[in-house]
Formats: sequence, C-alpha cells, structure tokens
Amino acid sequence: MAIHPPQSRVWWKEPIAKAELVWIGVAFLWGLIMFFMMIYWHIYGQQNLSTQVGRIDPAVFEQRTNDFAEKFKVREEGDTGIPVVKPPAGGDAYMLARTYEWWPVLELEKGKSYKLHISSLDLQHGFSLQPINMNIQVHPGLEHVVTITPTEAGIYGVVCNEYCGLGHHVMTGRIYVVDSGQGG
Amino acid sequence: MAEQPKTDSPAAPLERIPFMQRVLDNPFLLLFAGVVVPAVIYILWGVMEISQIPLVK
Amino acid sequence: MTTAVAETGMIGALATKFRICPATGLRVDLAAERLIKANAVAAVVFLAIGGGFGLLVALTRWPAVHLLSSDLFYLALTAHGLDVLLMWIIFFEMAVLYFASAVILSSRIAAPRWGWVGFVLMIVGALMTNVAVLQGDSSVMFTSYVPMQARPHFYLGLILFAVGALIGCFIFLGTLVIAKEEKTYEGSIPLVTFGALTACIIAVFTIASGAIILIPTFLWSVGYIGHIDSLMYKLVWWAMGHSSQQINVSAHVAIWYLIAAVTVGAKPLSEKVSRTAFLLYILFLQLAAAHHMLVEPGLSSEWKIVNTSYMMYLAVLGSMIHGMTVPGSIEAAQRKSGFTRGVFEWLRKAPWGNPAFAGMFLSLVMFGFLGGISGVVLGTEQLNIMMHNTLYVPGHFHATVVAGTTLAFMAVTYLVVPLIFQREIVWPKLAKIQPYLFGIGASGISLFMMGAGTLGVARRHWDITFPALDVTLPYGYSPAASLMMGLNGLSAILAATGGVLYVAIVVASILFGKKVDASNAVAALGPMPKKVVHDAVAKYGDAGTWHLPGTYVLVGLFFTTFILYYFVNWKYLSELWPMQ
Repeated sequence: MAIHPPQSRVWWKEPIAKAELVWIGVAFLWGLIMFFMMIYWHIYGQQNLSTQVGRIDPAVFEQRTNDFAEKFKVREEGDTGIPVVKPPAGGDAYMLARTYEWWPVLELEKGKSYKLHISSLDLQHGFSLQPINMNIQVHPGLEHVVTITPTEAGIYGVVCNEYCGLGHHVMTGRIYVVDSGQGG
Repeated sequence: MAEQPKTDSPAAPLERIPFMQRVLDNPFLLLFAGVVVPAVIYILWGVMEISQIPLVK
Repeated sequence: MTTAVAETGMIGALATKFRICPATGLRVDLAAERLIKANAVAAVVFLAIGGGFGLLVALTRWPAVHLLSSDLFYLALTAHGLDVLLMWIIFFEMAVLYFASAVILSSRIAAPRWGWVGFVLMIVGALMTNVAVLQGDSSVMFTSYVPMQARPHFYLGLILFAVGALIGCFIFLGTLVIAKEEKTYEGSIPLVTFGALTACIIAVFTIASGAIILIPTFLWSVGYIGHIDSLMYKLVWWAMGHSSQQINVSAHVAIWYLIAAVTVGAKPLSEKVSRTAFLLYILFLQLAAAHHMLVEPGLSSEWKIVNTSYMMYLAVLGSMIHGMTVPGSIEAAQRKSGFTRGVFEWLRKAPWGNPAFAGMFLSLVMFGFLGGISGVVLGTEQLNIMMHNTLYVPGHFHATVVAGTTLAFMAVTYLVVPLIFQREIVWPKLAKIQPYLFGIGASGISLFMMGAGTLGVARRHWDITFPALDVTLPYGYSPAASLMMGLNGLSAILAATGGVLYVAIVVASILFGKKVDASNAVAALGPMPKKVVHDAVAKYGDAGTWHLPGTYVLVGLFFTTFILYYFVNWKYLSELWPMQ
C-alpha cells in the first residue's frame, strides 16, 4: 500500500503496464501540442500581448498624456469635465491610470490601429476593457505600448480589475469606437 | 521482501540500485533540484529581464 | 489510549515514548502526535475564521444582498485570503508532514522542541497579521502588491509565520534522516511520504522566496528602504504565492494515495510511475507562478511560455499521471476485493458512505475536471488576456484549493481523528453528508465565478453594478453576471454549511467522541467495502492484472473535456480585437 515502503527492493525496474504507458505518451503529446499552440499563435494569431515596454517617470507620462489630450480633444464627456480625445487613425493614444480613474476618454475609429500607451501614476491597476474582456496589468513607472484594432463600433467600458484601494470599485474609464469618418 | 535490508547511500554502487531510484531515494538531492530549477528558470531569468527594461526616450 | 505502550526508542532517543496504533500497527511517537494535534487544531480554527470571512465576501458580491460596506468588504477579503489560503492550509500541512514522516515511518520525530518553537512562531505570526488586517488599515489583499502599503506588523507576522513553517519542513527532513539511520523501515520511503517530501521541497522554495521579498517589504514599510519595484515584487511574491498552492497540490495528491490505501486497500499501480510524477512536480510545478505574470509589461514571451507551461507541461503530465493512477489503484483494489461486474461496479460499490473516501474521490474529480482544466487554460499565455484578474481566477483556484485541497484535507481528518486523536467520529450520519455538501458548494462557487469571469466581471470588486451616483463613467456588465454572482452566493452558503458541519464534527469528536481502542480501532475509520466474491471468473479480467476499464472511461472523459474546452477558448480569443 501507499503507506508502506515499496514491496520490491528494486522497484525502478518493475515493468509498467501498457495502458499506463499509453496514457503517459498521450498526455506528453498533449502537453507538446499545448506548448506549441502558444508559439503558433505568436506567429499566426492576431491577439498577442505587446512586449514594447519601457521605464518612465510617472510625471513624464502624465505630462505626455496631458499634451496628447490637449492636442486631440474633440469634446467633453457630459458634464464630467473629462476630455474625449480622438487620436489620428494609426497614431499614438495615451491613457493613464490613477486612483481612481482612467483618463482621458478615447474615441477610436473602427478598423483602424492605434498605439495605445498605458501606465499608472501611483499604484498597480488592471486595464479591463469590457465587454470584450481584454485585460492588461498596469504598473507605475512602466509604459506599455499596445497596438489595438477595434473591430466593432460601440461604447466600451474600462474597469479597474486590480485592487487599488478603498475606491477601487469606482475606477472606470471609457472608449468610444465609431465608424470610420464619423464622430468627432 | 526476501532481499536483504537496504543500507545504501547514494554513494554505494555495490547495492546495484538503479540510478534513478537512488536519485528518488535521496531527499536532499531532490531538495537541491527542486529549489535550483525554479530559482534559475523563474526567478533569475525573470529578474534579469526586469532589470533590463529600457528607459523610454 | 488503552493499548498505549511506552517503550524506549532506539539509539539516541532513549526518552522517546511510543504507542502502537491498534488499527494500523504503526508505532506512534507521542511527541509527534502532540505536534500533529496542535497543528491540526490550529488549522481548523483558522479554517473557521477564514471560511466565515469568505461567506461574508460571497454575500457581498451577490448584488441582491450586498452585505458589507466597501471598506469592510476589502478587509474581509484580505482576511479571507490570508486565513484560509495560508493559515488553514499550512498549519494542516505541518500536521501532514509530521504524520507522513514520524507516524508512517514509525520513527521518532526529529527535534520536537523545535517543532513547538515553529508552531508558536506560526501562531504568533498568524495572529499578528490578522490583528493588522482587523485594525482596518492593512486591507491590501493577500497579495499586498507594492507600492500599496500595509502596516509593518502585517509583513512581520507573515515573516514569522513563514519561519515557523520552515522549521517544520526541516523537522520533516530530519525525521527522514533519523528513520533511515535507525532503520524503522526497509527500502524506499512509502509513496505517501514521498508525496509529502515533494510538498516539503516546494515549501522550502516557497518560503525562501517569501523571505526574499517580504523582508525588504517589511523594511520598506518601516522606512529603511525607499523604493521597491512593483514588477520585481510581483515576480518574487508569486514564487511564494503560487508555489504555496503547489505545496497543496503535492500534499493533497499524497493524501489521495493515503486515503485510497486506508479505505479500500489500494496500492500504487507502479511505484516508478507515481514517483516520477512527483519528481516532475519537484522540478517544474513551481514555474507556474508565471500564471500571474502573463499580462504584465516587461517580461518576454519566451520567459512567459517556458514558465507558464511548467517547462512544456511536464508538471501537468505529472498531474495527468496521478489522475489516472489514483482512480486506477482504487479500481484495481476494488476488483481484487471482488467488485468485478461491468465497468463500474468497483466505483458503485466503493465506500461512498465513508466521508474519508467520498471526500477524497470528490476532491480528485473536481480538482481534475474543474481545477486542472481551468488552470491550464488560464495559464496559457494568450488565453490569459481574456481572464486575467477577472473572477475566472478565483473561480479556478476555488476548484483547486477548496474543492481539491480543502476537501482532501477534510476527508483525511476523518481518519486523523480516530488514528491520532483516538476518538470516534460523532454524528456519523452528518459526517456522511458533509463532504457532499461542501464539495457541491465548492464546485458551485468555482463554476459560477468562472462563468462571471468569462463575462468579464472583475475579481476583488465591491460593486459591479457601478451605480451612476458614485461612478463617473458607469459601465454595466451583462445581466447574466448578476445571476452568476447570486448563484455563487447560494453555493457559498451551501459550502459554508458543509464547512460549519466539518468544524462542528471535528471539535465535537475530539471533545466528546468515544475513545478508540483495540476493540473499535478499525470500525472507527468508517465504513469499508465488504469483500464479495461472486464470480469465480471475473468478467473483466483478474483484478491483480492490469485491466481497468472504468479508469480508462473516466480518463477518456476527462481528456475529451480538456481538449474541447481548451480549443473553445482559442476560438473566443480569436474574436477579440486584434492586438500586438
């Protein structure tokens, strides 16, 4: 039994039953398939997390985001005073995280690619784009540049899904996606 | 268990215990491997990558 | 303890007192027995506390109930994680380590005094951290990601707790050395002890990682260090945070083998295969800490793929091997006992009325089907984009740590109480249903949280309804999310009922259970399968040989589910916005 020492002194040479060997072989192969699936997706898949990352002083990132918002602001979000910013298609967009907001609101065009720069000014936050359910961790002092291509027009929520303090649950942001040539 | 009681240490080749069995019977060798493998592949490699993140221009 | 005998130990241990266990014939060092009792009791106390916090958390996340205020919710969630994920589990694991070394090897335990030093350190540390959390200004979650800061004694308590646990690991290793030197067993250590050794090795790595990161964090919290890099912290912290859950996996697999051995007399199909599977754990299981780093900026895809796949899924291979050999050894033993009709008589006639067996088998099935599959999917580099920090994550680990580990630990308690505390289980009828209540509740929690996570619901979030009054830019999850959270709340109530029952049965048995002696020692272990020999010639081959059709069916079902679910998730991923 499993609570007694092995019955034979040299148990390493005991034969393994065929069915057990088959299962080990199948499980090993399955592991290889799953391993190479990740590599395959890097080559042929469309959804891979960017590795374009650099260290940045949070104050510098804040300044760049402010400049970006000022330059491409198209309107304000209701009476909240938050700018809605529409970057040029194919260009850079900035969104910063700080307790407790994602700032500014972005307006993107469907089918166009954007280089989205995200970083945090204080703690770790979680960029969770809903309802498409795309989740990226955000660190202070690290700028992450993710190229995204919205596929459908609509209003998308950005929820913070990394606990960041007692106001964590009010930390939201927004991204509008409009058809090409519309909006603004 | 008709065999004589085992008195082997990993350094006792006279016992003719297969190599892998001797490895699995040696807790301290396993401890060493179980600490070194993740320490190198996960921690050390990870720390190197994090310390090499470039500065944003 | 009517059959207890005191005898002198062997060389170097003249003062050691033993008793002979009337059920198993094992020689039990009384000093080890006291340590096992103390750690097991502490574990159950922290399970009760942490489980209570867990229920409060689930009831708050149920939108229709929304029980706690936001600051109390985050406090309760921090305490829940610490008390069950660390304290309950690690105290219990200390008991398992002492049991698997001293008791199973019939050896004296190494340095029992140090065992008490470790125990006291763990208690002091656990209390200190709990006090910090309850004071209200250390609601930093179990993970305490920097630069969010808790009070210094939050970290200090964790450090003391870890040092205490480390002492326990070394006592386990020391006991192995003593048992070998004093020849209390012949040949190799038993498989269960080998599984415990695996847990111990992973624990040493876990605790070392914890020390590397928590000591500087403590110094930072008192002002001696100015800055800790948030990504570096997270990398090393998870070498502790995730690996500590790999201790659980090793420990509960060892317990599966233990319970199968005691309740149906199962013996490993192949020592070589089972031990090699544990070796794969020792080498590669800890790499899975990378599951938490898959959508972090700053780590390369190469690092992510190698680590998240436990080096080409070699540790998953280990689990898939155990997933066949544990039910396989049960089937073989049952067939040997005469349950040879059809494919599944061995399973139908298994001792389902014995809570130890029922809990073990439910743990095995749920860990594999719910925890294992979701864990691999969650730990796939790109698929993680759809799941990171959503409720899918706690959904996954409630299947592994609650339905898997906790249920296995509960199941083995029904053997530990008669064997070590030497008391019969009181209220056997309630004990009989306890694993089912808890198991079904836990799997409900797991499934509904995974469901909510698939809908995008964030974990660790007080109010997913985002009332426009408080939230500047409100967002609404799909209405199904609220339904999932409600069902999760109901499941939590079910699991909590099972949990309360467990604590009540254990406490009552220890205090008021009938004493166990030679006359009732075997009966106290619960109902066992009755041997029946109905067919002279077994239809499905001789039980001693290798023909285990029931196990093949179970394993085939598992594998099919695994493949389908895995590729369905790739399909979902392909529908996301393209990103690079």
